Amino acid sequence: MRHVISLLIENEAGALSRVSGLFSARGYNIESLTVAPTEDSSMSRMTIVTSGSDEIIEQITKQLNKLVEVIKVVDISESAHIERELMLVKVRASGKDREEMMRMTAIFRAHIIDVTESSYVIELTGNQRKLDAFVGALEPELILETVRSGITGIGRGDRVLKL
Amino acid sequence: MVLTGAEIVIRCLQEEKIEYVFGYPGGAVLYIYDALFNQKQVRHILVRHEQAAVHAADGFARSTETVGVALVTSGPGATNAVTGIATAYCDSIPMVIISGQVPTAAIGQDAFQEVDTVGITRPCVKHNFLVKDVRDIAATIKKAFHLAKTGRPGPVLVDIPKDVTMQKCAFEYPQEVSMRSYNPVVKGHQGQIRKAVQLLLEAKRPMIYAGGGIVLSDAAEQLTKLTRLLGFPITTTLMGLGGYPASDRQYLGMPGMHGTYEANMSMHFSDVLLAVGSRFDDRVIGNPAHFAEEPRKIIHVDIDPSSISKRVKVDVPIVGDLKEVLDEMIRQLEASPTRPDASALAVWWKQVEEWRRRDCMKFKNSDDIIKPQYVVQKLWEVTNGEAFVTSDVGQHQMWAAQYYRFDKPRRWLNSGGLGTMGVGLPYAMGAQLAHPGSQVACVTGEASIQMCIQELSTCKQFRLPIKIVNLNNRYLGMVRQWQELFHGERYSESYMDSLPDFAKLAEAYGHVGFRIDKPSDVEGALRDAFSRKNDLVFLDFQVDQTENVYPMVQGGKGLTEMILSSEDL
Ligand SMILES: Cc1ncc(C[n+]2csc(CCOP(=O)(O)OP(=O)(O)O)c2C)c(N)n1
Repeated sequence: MRHVISLLIENEAGALSRVSGLFSARGYNIESLTVAPTEDSSMSRMTIVTSGSDEIIEQITKQLNKLVEVIKVVDISESAHIERELMLVKVRASGKDREEMMRMTAIFRAHIIDVTESSYVIELTGNQRKLDAFVGALEPELILETVRSGITGIGRGDRVLKL
Repeated sequence: MVLTGAEIVIRCLQEEKIEYVFGYPGGAVLYIYDALFNQKQVRHILVRHEQAAVHAADGFARSTETVGVALVTSGPGATNAVTGIATAYCDSIPMVIISGQVPTAAIGQDAFQEVDTVGITRPCVKHNFLVKDVRDIAATIKKAFHLAKTGRPGPVLVDIPKDVTMQKCAFEYPQEVSMRSYNPVVKGHQGQIRKAVQLLLEAKRPMIYAGGGIVLSDAAEQLTKLTRLLGFPITTTLMGLGGYPASDRQYLGMPGMHGTYEANMSMHFSDVLLAVGSRFDDRVIGNPAHFAEEPRKIIHVDIDPSSISKRVKVDVPIVGDLKEVLDEMIRQLEASPTRPDASALAVWWKQVEEWRRRDCMKFKNSDDIIKPQYVVQKLWEVTNGEAFVTSDVGQHQMWAAQYYRFDKPRRWLNSGGLGTMGVGLPYAMGAQLAHPGSQVACVTGEASIQMCIQELSTCKQFRLPIKIVNLNNRYLGMVRQWQELFHGERYSESYMDSLPDFAKLAEAYGHVGFRIDKPSDVEGALRDAFSRKNDLVFLDFQVDQTENVYPMVQGGKGLTEMILSSEDL
């Protein structure tokens, strides 16, 4: 089963390698991992997408909690939550493709954020499925480059992950 | 008071009331050694290899209730220490290791004697730090000691670049540590404890299974009280030996791969199993699927939540300090009007005694050749069961665990988790320094002892009257045993040729050495050795080369599928 684990961790050198080292040492999966400081810059928030049986997920959360610098761990996929990912796509855009790309951008509520005579950079956010759908809708030979941020997530409603 | 970083390091150790630091100097720690030179409170034990420094500090910690401290230089000093650190980590031993590092400006430049010590040790420490500012040294060392000894204990490494040890700042040792990310649970959950007590009172075939956590949390007294109150059979693991008196009737010996028949059968067929400070590891329960075949309720008390339900599904998990939780269990039991089910217990004990009558630890002694088990039995007699006994890893380790009956905790020092050959002598050094007047024996094999043999020199320098009991079978005995049983008697590289004359070797280091060939000389030699209060004596016992350790549960097999002796093969 796929799980999305959010955690708060001290914003210190080496903290990320403690987390990634734990996953590799114990053979846990990481589908994606995102990290950045929170509004309180002494803390970082990480979102890890992983998969495994219930027992493995239980061990993952326990092992993460055991890391001295980890402040809080929550499996946000256990209840209602929102996931978002950012993608930038550089596409070939010349001749009739320019129109087509603008149309696709509008349909997916994406933005064109860089324009040259022969290319666009399109920015798109959404959940994984939306991003996949966008890439799927483009003609492969028009895609020059893609980059995705990995997933971040947050619980819906009153549920808050805070110190 | 303005001090250099190096002086601050030593002041911190003084504040922590550290008596001994085990270490080895080098370029990156020269200022720290200079600061050490100018004071008397912290004594430095100069070992002959950094691995032994960490092992000796670890042995000191195991035999006391204190934190062991080691000091090593950067690069090779730190890498030599890694085996010691990993050994302590696997057995959750509280330690602080201070390592020198190249100057901050040189970090990342592939400088002379530079390694990424924090990176290398990360998977085998509870936590580690790189201190880049002299103003952080005191607070970091305070945190290191706090982390090492609280929660599930473990080694903590503090890496300090050379320039940081030269810089100056005002010294003040923090009185307290507060870390928002680190707050181990101490008190167990009341409701869970109540559930556990209920289960214990209803049990028909109960069993207590205690591990190293009992020793680490100094809860032997509570465990003994609880066990007697309940009247249940009890087993303690290799790491938990001494956590319950071995001479007591309720005690069934050690469980697991080389555990007793009665302990393994009782674990397997229990209907309620109370696990305290133990972790159901592969050397204890064998195949977890086989173990799960028999239905039973499991109560698991441990300070580390990640140890619970890791290998075996648990019914009543209780996270907390064992001392606190066991005290609360005792309180609730004493307050309860209900008593354990006496008639069910009588039936269960009858079964347990029947298993015990198999007498699985009996061995055929000989008048012609020294049996290793016999040596350990005699060691137990000669020392009145009161010695601190260390071991290395192999057959001798199992015989020591099986035949030396420990009545008190912290008397048995061995590498249970990592299984590191070479710990025996340095562990004995740590234990002897911690307990100067006590008898300390190192039960070892001719292979293991050679992994840290250089420490005989340290023992001379610091006058440590350790008794080395070498069960010399001229084989990597445990390897040979597996090859005999599972590899068609192909003894690939398990025979040790060209062994030194250990008695002479000991003499060369300035100690006393005996070689013992006859069973009739065993006891006399031991008595002679232990009467030499000021000498290290190396007793080189020439033992039966073909002896194997039994009972045995083969890897992948279940607890009830034991080989009791060579006749079972
Ligand atoms: C550092 C290390 N290397 C290898 C091993 C694997 N090993 C386990 S027991 C053993 C043989 C030990 O021989 P000896 O010390 O003579 O003890 P005996 O088994 O003969 O009593 C070996 C090689 C180990 N445990 N540790």
